[in-house]
Amino acid sequence: MLGNIKNIGLIGGLVVFLLACNGDEPSPYMATPANLDVPDLFANSILPPQIPNDNPLTVEGIALGKTLFYDPILSANNTQACASCHLPSQAFSDPNPFSVGIDGSLGTRNSMPLFNLAWHDRGPLNWDGSARNLEEQIFEPVTNPIEMANTWPNAVQSLQNSGIYPELFDAAFGTTQIDSVMVSKAIAQFVRTLISGNSKFDRHLLGLEELSQEEARGLNIFLDETRGDCFHCHGNPGNPLWTDNRFHNNGLDAFFEDRGLGAVTGDPRDDGLFRTPSLRNLSFTAPYMHDGRFSTLDEVIDHYSEGLVYSETISPLMKSVADGGVQLTAEEKSDLKAFLLSLSDESFLTNPDYQ
Amino acid sequence: MTIKDKMPLFHSNFGARLLMGLIIVSFISCKDNDDTPLAEVNPSFNFTHNWDGVPIQNSDYENTTYVNENGESLTLSKLVYLISDITFSDAQGNTFSAGDYNLIDAREGINLNFTPDVTLEEGTYNLSFTFGFDDEDNAGDYPDLNTADGGVWIVPMMLGGGYHYMKLEGKYTDTQTTPSSEVGFAYHAIRANDNSTDPITLQDTSFIVNLGEVVVSPGTEIEIQMNVAEWFKNPHTWNLYELYMMLMPNFQAQILMSENGANGVFTKG
Repeated sequence: MLGNIKNIGLIGGLVVFLLACNGDEPSPYMATPANLDVPDLFANSILPPQIPNDNPLTVEGIALGKTLFYDPILSANNTQACASCHLPSQAFSDPNPFSVGIDGSLGTRNSMPLFNLAWHDRGPLNWDGSARNLEEQIFEPVTNPIEMANTWPNAVQSLQNSGIYPELFDAAFGTTQIDSVMVSKAIAQFVRTLISGNSKFDRHLLGLEELSQEEARGLNIFLDETRGDCFHCHGNPGNPLWTDNRFHNNGLDAFFEDRGLGAVTGDPRDDGLFRTPSLRNLSFTAPYMHDGRFSTLDEVIDHYSEGLVYSETISPLMKSVADGGVQLTAEEKSDLKAFLLSLSDESFLTNPDYQ
Repeated sequence: MTIKDKMPLFHSNFGARLLMGLIIVSFISCKDNDDTPLAEVNPSFNFTHNWDGVPIQNSDYENTTYVNENGESLTLSKLVYLISDITFSDAQGNTFSAGDYNLIDAREGINLNFTPDVTLEEGTYNLSFTFGFDDEDNAGDYPDLNTADGGVWIVPMMLGGGYHYMKLEGKYTDTQTTPSSEVGFAYHAIRANDNSTDPITLQDTSFIVNLGEVVVSPGTEIEIQMNVAEWFKNPHTWNLYELYMMLMPNFQAQILMSENGANGVFTKG
């Protein structure tokens, strides 16, 4: 009988212990939820932005990410920040064809502008699709020897040893123990807030501003399958992203030193394919193409008009390749350029939330 | 002596047996009278693609050479198309349709399986669907289609607006040049339009595909097959040298596409 009482006592004690533990289990940390400032045109026409479940937007996370974005602490010699190659004045791109790393090394691709990426996450990122999502993309520059040339343990240690970051990470993620994943998440949260949707053309769609005659003619050329036919890759007024987020070979080269998507997938059908950039903010994002080969928008238009070069993987959408392209007149080129520039958003460059 | 007296055993046992028999018969009769309700069925669909019966897989795109009815050698690079209004019709003329749609990307294997939001009693029905959007549906605004295919499924307003029905793209070999050359084609099916008139002339070139009888029961999956070769041959033999690009604003080309599409492209597996 004493044995039975003892067993009952043990079981009862275990039950009490478990209940007590469940009652005392701490709740997961919750920073202050934040929402994106989605323009009406975006909200009314396309699906909402995709925010990953494991990295929701928070006030503290965005603030931390912005601080990190502008801080050279992530680089090996504390001289280079994300903003060094993604300048706000250039819609977060680089005015040089290739960016320069901390030791003077030259990059191999033009720094891509950063805006509206909250909607671009549906497809892989980077010119070559080498990053599956924004969080993954942010890891690479820190350790790239021709960029920040650091190691993540060093970068994390620098943050840990700083006077400010443990507290900022605590506010964003509920811990003062910093790791690379949290760094990436914070920067991704900030980058997702970079939204550009206030160009002249946007205001035109909202009925707030008229297009010039050149811009209106340029839009027609853009949408005309018998002329520019730019819309099959670069979108249309019904979708404010102005890119299809796909990968195409747009007739730049006959042979590829840079295989683009093909180097990532290993599929020869992807050789020479690069990500379609958005046509927003072209006023600020020269030079153009994955290698920054075109300094001006005129050169870009000339390329599609007379400069196409055949290769096996050239997109079927590239017209009249044997003739070099769509053969626009001088006036058509000028009008098309006027329309393209109407997609640029000056307010994006000076938004204090992004500085 | 009464009959009962003459047949006492039969009478007493017979009555019981007769009653039992009547009870049994009534049970059987009740079963034969279909008092058991029919199962409710939610049929699903599987879309497959072939070239004259030979399956087209992802690996075939940009690799496998096909020869169309007109003799042009071609490869495919993209096949994306829209179907809508899958409809089941019973013998009494009742129709069952969810009025929804499905955008299929054959190369990437997206939306090859689709279950419309329609529930039927098991039984036999006539099955049909619309290729593309009819004018009523094409007037709608669908954020998912505005986002689909990279956000370029929309048709520009200068061509009548609405949405593409299909993008079939690839390259054919132009043997009229020396050496021969690869030329891209964009067989894009949309609502026929002529913007040389004011207002623009539009003709609904979506079409209904009638797949005939299907028997649906719990777990029914229906295969819809697209024979891509048929887009190039029946009733119009398609000459890619003449009709390879800039087909969206080509009113007559859209009519030809529609007529080819309505004749043998789609069959039930």
